[in-house]
Amino acid sequence: MLIRRPDVILPSEITDASLFHGRRDWIRNASAMGLIAGLPVLSACSVEAQGMKLAGVKPNPQYVLPDEKINKAEDFKNYCNFYEFGTDKSEPPVLAKALKTRPWTITIEGEVNKPKVFDIDELYKLAPLEERVYRFRCVEAWSMVVPWVGFSLAELIKRVEPRGNAKYVEFVTLADKAIMPGLRSSVLDWPYVEGLRMDEAMHPLTLLTLGAYGEMLPNQNGAPVRMVVPWKYGFKSGKSIVKIRFVEKEPRTAWVKSGPSEYGFYSNVNPNVDHARWSQATERRLGEFGKRRSLMFNGYGEQVASMYAGMDLKKFI
Amino acid sequence: MALSVTFPLTVFAPWRSLTNAQVQRAKWVLVALGMLPLARMLIGLPLGWLGVNPIEFVTRSTGTWTIVSLVVTLSITPLRNITGWVWLVRLRRSAGLITFFYAALHFITYVWLDRFFDVNDIIKDIIKRPFITVGFAAFVLLIPLAITSNNALIKKLGAQNWQRLHNLVYVIAILAVVHFIWLARRNPIEPYIYAAIFALLFAARIYWRFKAK
Ligand code: HEM
Repeated sequence: MLIRRPDVILPSEITDASLFHGRRDWIRNASAMGLIAGLPVLSACSVEAQGMKLAGVKPNPQYVLPDEKINKAEDFKNYCNFYEFGTDKSEPPVLAKALKTRPWTITIEGEVNKPKVFDIDELYKLAPLEERVYRFRCVEAWSMVVPWVGFSLAELIKRVEPRGNAKYVEFVTLADKAIMPGLRSSVLDWPYVEGLRMDEAMHPLTLLTLGAYGEMLPNQNGAPVRMVVPWKYGFKSGKSIVKIRFVEKEPRTAWVKSGPSEYGFYSNVNPNVDHARWSQATERRLGEFGKRRSLMFNGYGEQVASMYAGMDLKKFI
Repeated sequence: MALSVTFPLTVFAPWRSLTNAQVQRAKWVLVALGMLPLARMLIGLPLGWLGVNPIEFVTRSTGTWTIVSLVVTLSITPLRNITGWVWLVRLRRSAGLITFFYAALHFITYVWLDRFFDVNDIIKDIIKRPFITVGFAAFVLLIPLAITSNNALIKKLGAQNWQRLHNLVYVIAILAVVHFIWLARRNPIEPYIYAAIFALLFAARIYWRFKAK
């Protein structure tokens, strides 16, 4: 039974941490035995931090999409690009069960006055958790509408005091060979690194995300903490972040390394600039039959277009 | 050590002669098997078996079954030579037509559910996206083969012309593999498996043609 508090209830407060992890180990062993015996075993999901209800989350009325239908949580959980757990969208929901999200720390380093290592549970208390409904547009021309939970990355940035020469922010995500079979593939140069320009990182839309659908993030969606940058293609929103670095030079992101002509550093949603291999003019909203016209900056132009004034967006893809 | 294998292999001897009725039954079994993927899609669509993005599922599944049927079609002659089951050749037309059937479904899925009959868009796509170009070429080449897969037209064309026309199937197989490779799926191994199978099937044919001389 959860007792409502103004603040968020952490899993460590609900269940004694050692008990919690012990139980998980038991489940994992049981699953492994089940696999060997070929028996179906209860999914370990229910006792993971993922899926735990987040209390004290307030919908932010500035970020609602009254004209759009929120996708089913099932769509969100079962259609995931998370290459560390396999390139097929059906692989992460299964394989990411091995991801351990406690304990977890996020290291803030680089050009900041107050570098710091945050424990994940500290992050939940850093700023009030808000629910924000955003459009999410993948570079592969499909999209969803998701109610994320988190707070503006700016909240964190302010607290670590970036120096004047911090021009970019780099996000480094988990690369753990023991649990991530995708790392054996050379699809990308691991670890998965993403980045934003400082003004983009400070933009209020840029969400440091801890949950979705009122719950802690499912593992396959980037638990325990990920980015959501709604006016950019989805791959800009790195998952399972372990390090945030403030740097002077534009980060060499994993996708830029893999194909700079296909996946640029900016990767703003832009229906007028096709991907090298397909059109970006339309998109398939999951759950809909027809296709929709894609929107410039994924519909967030009013808020973000000014950051790119004077830039040739055909060149700075 | 010289290895010499004589085909057909004697272990297959018991099944060498089938009655017409038995061949007919084998044909129906093949057609029924060939319809299973379609049945799965039709039944699974309302039941949610096709996942979060059913249209993507159907596009991929019809593509997969086109190339699988093509493998089956091209395996029949080598299998006949290995087993001595001459009647297998009478299943080849069904296998070929199943290939065309899935290719047509695959193409319709694309034209309808991916492009919504936007002709300009489709033409632009065929010109601009190499994997669509070769896929489309493969499909266009399949059409005359499907049309001439009946006794009346075989007679009209004459066996030799018919054979010459149907040699296009090798070109189609190559285009299909190129189409698959150029999709640039992030798991690039699968198309090469098909490439290897086709290469093996081609090599077997070349071997037998060489031996026959
Ligand atoms: C003989 C002809 C063809 C064969 C054998 C074939 C085969 C395939 C195969 C094996 C796949 C991949 C399935 C998978 O992902 O597992 C595929 C995907 C696809 N094919 Fe074809 N195809 C043919 C013709 C065409 C034509 C004519 C078009 C459209 C004009 C087309 C459009 C597509 C599209 C859009 C995809 C999905 C690409 C994606 O998922 O990114 N194909 N095809």
